[in-house]
Amino acid sequence: MSTANQRVLPGFSLSLGYTLFYLTLLVLIPLGACFVKASSLTFDQFWATVWSERACNAYALTFGAAFIAAFVNCLIGLLLAWVLVRYEFPMKRYFDAIVDLPLALPTAVAGLVYASLYVPNGWLGQVLVPLGIEAAYTRLGIVLVLIFTGLPFVVRTVQPVLENFDPEVEEAAASLGATRWQTFRRVLFPGLVPALLTGFALALARGLGEYGSVVFISGNIQNQTEIAPFLIVAKLEEFKYGEATALAIVLLVFSLVLLGLINLLERWSKKHA
Amino acid sequence: MHEFATTLLEPEPVAAHSTGKDHEQALLAKPLAGRAQLRRGAEDPPLVRWALTLTAILILTFLVIIPVANVFAQALIDGPGVYWHNLVADADTRHAIVLTLTVALVAVVLNVIFGVAAARVIARFRFPGRTLLVTLIDIPFSVSPVVAGLCFVLLFGLQGFFGGWLQEHGIKVLFATPGLILATSFVTFPFVARELIPVMEAIGPDEELAALRLGASGWQIFWRVTMPNIKWGLLYGVILCNARAMGEFGAVYVVSGHIAGSTDTMPLRVERLFQESQSAASFAVASVLTLLALVTLALKVGLERQTRRQIEQGSESKFQGEH
Repeated sequence: MSTANQRVLPGFSLSLGYTLFYLTLLVLIPLGACFVKASSLTFDQFWATVWSERACNAYALTFGAAFIAAFVNCLIGLLLAWVLVRYEFPMKRYFDAIVDLPLALPTAVAGLVYASLYVPNGWLGQVLVPLGIEAAYTRLGIVLVLIFTGLPFVVRTVQPVLENFDPEVEEAAASLGATRWQTFRRVLFPGLVPALLTGFALALARGLGEYGSVVFISGNIQNQTEIAPFLIVAKLEEFKYGEATALAIVLLVFSLVLLGLINLLERWSKKHA
Repeated sequence: MHEFATTLLEPEPVAAHSTGKDHEQALLAKPLAGRAQLRRGAEDPPLVRWALTLTAILILTFLVIIPVANVFAQALIDGPGVYWHNLVADADTRHAIVLTLTVALVAVVLNVIFGVAAARVIARFRFPGRTLLVTLIDIPFSVSPVVAGLCFVLLFGLQGFFGGWLQEHGIKVLFATPGLILATSFVTFPFVARELIPVMEAIGPDEELAALRLGASGWQIFWRVTMPNIKWGLLYGVILCNARAMGEFGAVYVVSGHIAGSTDTMPLRVERLFQESQSAASFAVASVLTLLALVTLALKVGLERQTRRQIEQGSESKFQGEH
């Protein structure tokens, strides 16, 4: 359809021109500024900042927490998508809708309320803290809010794939003597892998950059619960722009690589669907 | 679900040819019983269904429902009178509410103009670099908001690339409203474009081409055909963009300088009140943002139904047109 319509419609150059103009002004020049600033640092300066003990701990925590949260999101997301697509239960529409709440709820609110839930006299802390589970101002808390902010991604990538599965494939597997679990593992799961990976990468990308929700619950203790974005802000507040840029470049490069990966994965899952 | 219902009505047994001979005969002899058996094989046992559903509801309760309930409970902890007082009596909080509305409005308008142009060029034209453009539009989604804020500090800060020039001319970008607008526009950049591209692709160019053949000008086609066609998708994009714009924290935090009564938006106000141990006031502001999120969700669900209906109608009329 639209391929036949090469340049028949008017307004191509205006639309493209404005798109590129705005993209350059708002996104490419600012990101370029970051790279230009980074290139003005000597390699030793760069390395001394990025490889300092404090920075390494912050990176390890950021990547570790984002990775664990994205993995947990895969499990939770698959379960939620399965239940929402396959089963009927009361108020299902509402449960389906609130899966998207983490995208609509400001991250600062999420951080604030999670911190207050898990402190010793909070609603959940009252029960959990006596059991030895302390989430407020610990690494566990960071993982928890990252699970919250990443919740919609896996559900929303897996859901459409599950909806489009041909039920006859499962019936065929059953008629050939496969148990339900075998059918899931051998027939359904392989088809879900691309969507799961896409959701994982999206949740990971979100978790790596997350700031608003984490600062409330982490306590931001140096070398313990300090995430990389917080360290960047700390350097900025000390007016150490060079160091902040060096730290930011590492995160930025990872985000861009992840973005490329997500694009490849989406193309792959489209081919599979 | 409907697929099951329609296949059940089919008279002939499916998959009979691929099974063993005994099985095949059994199926041919009792086609409906055979299908029921097969269907049962493709369904989860009741215990599994029950357990999985319960786990899913528990997960959503702990991750989403309890936190939302807690926001309102903490905001109203001293009664509705104090709650209202917390919201309107504090001049800095009032300023934060007005500032948030202003910044979000400008950012949304900027991104709507861009989103419509970008969706049109991507959905209606083929040109070299089109795939790259789609990827570039997604960049702000994967960049950390803090890094985005830093970029603007590097451009417009005193030591930044344009900092000196701006100061000479007395223009304030950083630690002022323009900086907040830039940072907010950056983080919400892809929303409208991302929502509109699939909508425009699904609707297809036929109506626009018809208008062109009837002699309409480019702007006439745009206002009379394109815009009415994409209005629901556009509204959807605007709602998501607005929710993020009002709730943005990291990017805005970095460029705002965090000046109470001047550059504090509502999310920043939440943080400041929290730091000052004014828990109830902090949660009062947070509850307004939570209400915004809930309204956003409700509108989103409604609009999703609307767009789906529109796309279905679109494909139906196309189907009738071909025959």
